Amino acid sequence: MSASGTAVTEGGTFTSDQMMTACAARTLRDGMTCFVGIGLPSAAANLARATHAPNLVLIYESGTIGAKPGWLPLSIGDGVLAETADAVVSVPEIFNYWLQSGRIDVGFLGAGQLDRFGNINTTVIGAQYADPKVRLPGAGGAPEIAASCQEVIIVLRQTRRSFVERVDFITSVGYGDGPGHRERLGLTGAGPRKVITDLGMLEPDPVTRELTMTGLYPGVTTDEVRSRTGWDLAVSADLQALAAPTGPELAALHALQAMTPGS
Amino acid sequence: MAEIVSLTDAVAAAIRDGDAVAMEGFTHLIPFAAGHEVIRQRRRDLTLIRMTPDVIYDQLIGAGCASKLIFSWGGNPGVGSLHRFRDAVENRWPGPLKLEEHSHAGMANRYVAGASGVPFAVLRGYRGTGLEGLPGLDGQPSVRPITCPFTGETLTAVAALNPDVAVIHAQHADRAGNVQLWGITGVQKEAVLSARRAVVTVEEIVPELRPQPGAIVLPGWTIDYIARVPGGAHPSYALGYSQRDNDFYVAWDAISRERASFRRWLETDVFALAGTARAKSEDGSGS
Repeated sequence: MSASGTAVTEGGTFTSDQMMTACAARTLRDGMTCFVGIGLPSAAANLARATHAPNLVLIYESGTIGAKPGWLPLSIGDGVLAETADAVVSVPEIFNYWLQSGRIDVGFLGAGQLDRFGNINTTVIGAQYADPKVRLPGAGGAPEIAASCQEVIIVLRQTRRSFVERVDFITSVGYGDGPGHRERLGLTGAGPRKVITDLGMLEPDPVTRELTMTGLYPGVTTDEVRSRTGWDLAVSADLQALAAPTGPELAALHALQAMTPGS
Repeated sequence: MAEIVSLTDAVAAAIRDGDAVAMEGFTHLIPFAAGHEVIRQRRRDLTLIRMTPDVIYDQLIGAGCASKLIFSWGGNPGVGSLHRFRDAVENRWPGPLKLEEHSHAGMANRYVAGASGVPFAVLRGYRGTGLEGLPGLDGQPSVRPITCPFTGETLTAVAALNPDVAVIHAQHADRAGNVQLWGITGVQKEAVLSARRAVVTVEEIVPELRPQPGAIVLPGWTIDYIARVPGGAHPSYALGYSQRDNDFYVAWDAISRERASFRRWLETDVFALAGTARAKSEDGSGS
């Protein structure tokens, strides 16, 4: 499939966003506890819950634990999250008792920039913090999600602007400057396990911790992923062919989108 | 002891030029009407404090009320950038905006420390990030490493927040000024208890508070001023009263993108409402 266009599977036509969402959803296992950000991560987590992981526990930083929205919320604090949650707790509590304590299996994060060691920038673009070229929203819950979830899944589109040799600002730590850095910093979670892009999937090399392309979507070439990466990208010797979204996955996504107010 | 007054009087009495003001509400119960009253009263040089300076602080920053911002995430949730915030940081319009930037966990713990009467809070956080080295508003870092006296482990200390004023929106107050809020309760309790003064707008003033699952009650003696402002959280929402107006959050992107369209919005949707029922609110006698 082309990066921005649509493609066809036995389940019907799909967009690159739907491909990313399905791929991200497949990384979640039933019964996991999942700290969910808004946008594509929330769509992926809800898709997983609607398909192969009905007992996935969705936790939003607004303090809603075990939320079961029947559609895709616009914000992390939409009313449907509180109304369907098993428990609603305060913001200090969600970060201290639930995230910091290591109770959450997987955190889903986006990024403005990502580097070869999975470090994330969502703060500023440009070398000068005080005089940025672009002011991004900032940290939110991400630094502690990246530090304390048992593992992290990162979702973002792959471009030379977003996949950079070195991030302009480290908002959230991936593997720092390489092997052993997380341990030296005392970070309790294992760090990024997968990066899901609109071209395929990257995983950290078990020894060097460098992000390595390990899977491609149908029709994507290694030349294409290299040309859209700002560092000399390592590509796995046994590259997986990632399956297009299935009919049931697309149907579940369409159902979630159709239920969303204002859609 | 809480006084039940109009919104105009509450803001006039509680918020002064140069104050550090925390308007809290995590997506839910955001005190928008109070923010608009601050704009109408043309407060200046405020230090605005808020975990998520979303659309409400975009409005206050664009209107020129703030010179400093203490925050952890400045975006329009689910939509994109805050254009007035970005214009202030990137182009110093309508004036420079000095930043003190944290993570959500850090901000939440700073309020906890402030409410607890201790000078800092301890957390696992910030280690290895660029946020560790940033200066605070006074030029000194508000994040420092700290050694655990029991285990020797290195953790992170964040400085307490003690705003001059906290402003929140709640569902109910009773006639004695006790305040009750439920649903997503965010960091409002900590914000109120960390602040020197507190202003609360409410959907309803009820004869008696009734139990609600997960509700927080703030006794009247922790609050200074209460104003009845039905719909005062719009375009955010009050669980049990309204739905989040997601269309407005999407529309805000276009309204705020250019200075001219933002100024038109200020005139028609904030200043022109001075003296109307929505802006004045009621003192509770009409409920």
